Amino acid sequence: MNPAGKHFALQYLREETLQSPFCPGCGNGIITNCFFKAVSDLGHDDLSKFAFVSGIGCGAWIPSPHFRADTLHTTHGRAIAFATGLKFARPELEVVVISGDGDLAAIGGNHLIHAARRNIDLTVICSNNFIYGMTGGQVGPTTFYGDRTSTTPYGNPERPFDLSRLVAAAGANYVARWTTAHPNQAARSMKTALERKGFTFIEMVSQCPTAYGRRAKTGDSTEMLKWFKNLPVRKKGEAIEHTVPTHQGMDLGVFADRHEPEFTEAMEQTFGQLGEIR
Amino acid sequence: MTAVKRIPKDQIAIEGLTGDAAIAHALKQCDLDVLAAYPITPQTIIVEDYQKFAANGEVHCRVIPVESEHSAMSACIGASAVGARVATASASAGLALMWEILYCAASMRMPIIFTVANRALSGPINIHNDWSDTYGARDSGFIQIYTQSCQEAYDTTIMAFKIAEDHKVLLPIMVCIDGFILSHNVERVEMLPTKAVENFLGVREPFIKLDPDNPITMGPLALTDYYFEFKEQQERAMEAVPEVFAQVETDFEKMTGRRYGMFEEYRTDDAEIIIFTHSTPGGTAKATVDVLREKGEKVGVLRLRMFRPFPTKEIVEVVKNAKAVIVFEKCRSFGAPSNPLALELRTALYDLEKRPMVVDFVIGLGGRDCPPTTIVEGYEKTKEYLKKGKAPLYETMGVRK
Ligand SMILES: Cc1ncc(C[n+]2csc(CCOP(=O)(O)OP(=O)(O)O)c2C)c(N)n1
Ligand code: SF4
Ligand SMILES: [Mg+2]
Repeated sequence: MNPAGKHFALQYLREETLQSPFCPGCGNGIITNCFFKAVSDLGHDDLSKFAFVSGIGCGAWIPSPHFRADTLHTTHGRAIAFATGLKFARPELEVVVISGDGDLAAIGGNHLIHAARRNIDLTVICSNNFIYGMTGGQVGPTTFYGDRTSTTPYGNPERPFDLSRLVAAAGANYVARWTTAHPNQAARSMKTALERKGFTFIEMVSQCPTAYGRRAKTGDSTEMLKWFKNLPVRKKGEAIEHTVPTHQGMDLGVFADRHEPEFTEAMEQTFGQLGEIR
Repeated sequence: MTAVKRIPKDQIAIEGLTGDAAIAHALKQCDLDVLAAYPITPQTIIVEDYQKFAANGEVHCRVIPVESEHSAMSACIGASAVGARVATASASAGLALMWEILYCAASMRMPIIFTVANRALSGPINIHNDWSDTYGARDSGFIQIYTQSCQEAYDTTIMAFKIAEDHKVLLPIMVCIDGFILSHNVERVEMLPTKAVENFLGVREPFIKLDPDNPITMGPLALTDYYFEFKEQQERAMEAVPEVFAQVETDFEKMTGRRYGMFEEYRTDDAEIIIFTHSTPGGTAKATVDVLREKGEKVGVLRLRMFRPFPTKEIVEVVKNAKAVIVFEKCRSFGAPSNPLALELRTALYDLEKRPMVVDFVIGLGGRDCPPTTIVEGYEKTKEYLKKGKAPLYETMGVRK
């Protein structure tokens, strides 16, 4: 498939849009490759069976305009709502939302939990860099307690969301958290997510050396990857206790893995016979 | 408030500030109780700077980093309802997301100061300047003031609190700067001593407020019985603005020597053609007019500041004897006969027996540059239209067709 010497991901990318706009050392490139690894492992030569939806932010720039596919670049926070409409109109498409933590969990947090509750067949990949990266590093709902950011110069007084626990509790069929230092595990989880019916959520903890690392003093990309590498990994089937994420105490792994009824099918079951009545 | 006195020169701090920083410094001196905001380019620096003042203990204000603009304006109303002095800042999509709450803020008569770095709306997504965001909110019940320089942005932000909180007004105000063009450009700004600003503004005295000892209900249901009367009251408050505005400017002038008016007239006295615009194109227009005047052209500028309430009578007085008024505006009202600024002007002029020709140019959407040549091109076209005795209802300029 790949002409010799070409990176495997290039078959899915619009080469004319490269280089990417990401800063040197940004984790979003690794997330892109993990995703394409999953796509490739599922046997797709191109992205014609997919539709991508993204909001606004650096993470949202992953699919748009770079993927050689249909991509709908929407407004800040609303990607999942747009994707819900798209999925209903073309249920046969693999609809994937790729966006940032601020986009999906701050301004768009409501859509996230309701999509998970409905268990609609979308795959959402969240590039979680603990910050509003694109606007220059302001505190957000995933920023750790005590972190210094451009709007919390002496430390963040708020507690962060645990996004994976949140989405698992809201009802998603599959939820996993990995980091850019765990590309193989991440690609495997993304593959499972794409195969699984229902709402699936992959939280990708990602380094943003520019807008987060600099002020939070977590070092450059390499140091941040070392930090991620040392995060604890959950054991299979381990109970999900309540915790508040901290720099060292953020567990990775699978948080939900089930086969509950999916929303578009549930709709069909509830309203499908109406056609016959008419 | 004690009597306002001229501030001696040696008490004035002079700094090079961007438009955003000038507003942040003004807010710092206005003794806010609560500021709630969500980041958005090109406004973000206002809040970042202010947050630093708060973190350093330089202001006694609670800054709430809410999770969206919708929450920002909502939090502002909550704080304002108990009598706090509050502000927020946003732009573009952020302002659009506040939509529902803008109307609540105005109709609940909350004197919230909302600084806006004007930016184009999606889609396609664009971070640069035009006026589509605040023009879209022109019917929300906010007062709208557009500024041309960093000094003016600083001064207007301070005056805005005094206007908004006046019991004859009690309306929220948008103080607007052009995104990037002003928000990110450094200019010389004279800053007042904080004591002087505090003295000028005093402490907010709410007309009514939520108070557990005297419980009241704000914002309940009013249907066919009373809703219309509420709207009537809002309109009366708008009508009271020019008088209060003038009084506040008079006091401010005593302190600083500066006043701006609801609009600025520039070389309009004998002008046959008057350029009508606002914000930074106002500055470009004035510089262009200087050159045209040297060539013997009788042209002037009316730079609008207050778009809401629209100073209808006063503007008619200035332009009624001109042969033509050229409108330059950075907004398109899709499907409308012309565009927001020209629509206002044409309505204002309609009842005159002899009206100047109104020529409307839509320029600079999404931050497309508007150099002096744009103004000259519009001027030359207008002279042609005058010769022909007819002009199109509007034209776009500087766009590939
Ligand atoms: C309604 C609205 N509010 C604010 C913004 C400004 N804005 C653009 S991206 C962004 C934050 C992005 O953060 P996140 O989603 O975490 O993505 P990252 O850049 O960190 O990948 C903000 C606040 C906007 N575009 N629209
Ligand atoms: S600001 Fe952060 S998230 Fe955005 S491209 Fe740069 S490193 Fe990546
Ligand atoms: Mg982020």
